Amino acid sequence: MERSKTYMNSYLAGILIGVFMIGAYYFSGEGLGASGALKAVVVTAVNDVNHEYAKEAHFFKARVQNEEESPIKSWLIFEILGVIAGAIISAAIAGRLKFEIGKGPNISSRTRLIFALIGGIFFGVGSQLGRGCTSGMVMSGMGVLSLSGFIGLIAIFGGGYIIAYFFRKLWL
Amino acid sequence: MGPLFPLGTIGEELNLLIGFIIGIGFGFLLEAAGFTNTRKLAGVFYGYDFVVLKVFFAAAITAAIGLFLMNHYGLIDINAVFYPKTFWIPTLIGGFIMAFGFLIGGFCPGTSICAAVTGKIDAMIFVLGAIIGIFGYAFTYESLWEDLRNSGKMGRVNIAEWMGISDGLFILLLTIVAAVAFFAVTLIQKKVTEKHDYQL
Repeated sequence: MERSKTYMNSYLAGILIGVFMIGAYYFSGEGLGASGALKAVVVTAVNDVNHEYAKEAHFFKARVQNEEESPIKSWLIFEILGVIAGAIISAAIAGRLKFEIGKGPNISSRTRLIFALIGGIFFGVGSQLGRGCTSGMVMSGMGVLSLSGFIGLIAIFGGGYIIAYFFRKLWL
Repeated sequence: MGPLFPLGTIGEELNLLIGFIIGIGFGFLLEAAGFTNTRKLAGVFYGYDFVVLKVFFAAAITAAIGLFLMNHYGLIDINAVFYPKTFWIPTLIGGFIMAFGFLIGGFCPGTSICAAVTGKIDAMIFVLGAIIGIFGYAFTYESLWEDLRNSGKMGRVNIAEWMGISDGLFILLLTIVAAVAFFAVTLIQKKVTEKHDYQL
């Protein structure tokens, strides 16, 4: 029990993530993304079910025009497969690999799961409109000093502080 | 000189393998830092846990300094890497929508994937929600989002250039801001957790 509470030093973890990000840029010219992989799942699913629709619809067409290449065979998908493996390895070592529901102390599990679903939907839409999420657009964007990353930073975290008061019951 | 794959130094198979390996490091560190714990993530907005802010800024600044030096010494051509183009209006609005997603759902996409695969049921539901959200967005793209997504186009904008200062000076200022923030949030966290045990 005690062991499962031990986390790596935050600064050390951050610096090492920065080093991996440098590696991603140096070897592959890519940032560390996440929402793009979820998008690839959606694009692949729709393309497999109805290629004729995907070829015409604006959201999909740029990503499915190459008939040979599956959108799933991309750098981001391999990176996310690695993320999955890495998270499982770390959790296994630390003894944190178990089924549970993370939530604030004053809400029921059912409430938590309903809000998790709604929050996920918001993040799915926001990441598409905003051209990336917290890791691919903001963190990786900040690494290359892209203005976009800093706008995203202010919108997500600044916005979060503005609205945090209204959602305090979920967490405190 | 890097980036190796875009400049043709390494092949596609090796590039994908490297992506997998880098992903392992990223996922391992996110989990090890506590990013699968939704209450630790939400803590940044309530003052009882600032792990998000610390990890996030430490990572971004490390990468910014490293890439700046590598570019300076000719080890990488920053013009050849992925560089998010700036469309300020959709990024601002999308970011605000993501803020709601964070406060309501308690994760972001990367952390939710790590949490879901290590057994957090709420994170599995969050990932499902994110996929539903992307489906919904995709099917309403032309009617609802396309014009907005392409508005506010500024192209490839470097924030230091935009502010009229050098990259090095900007990174120095960013590092100072982060150092002050690290100091301040440590004090805030101590104060907030003194009054109440959040039992993370």
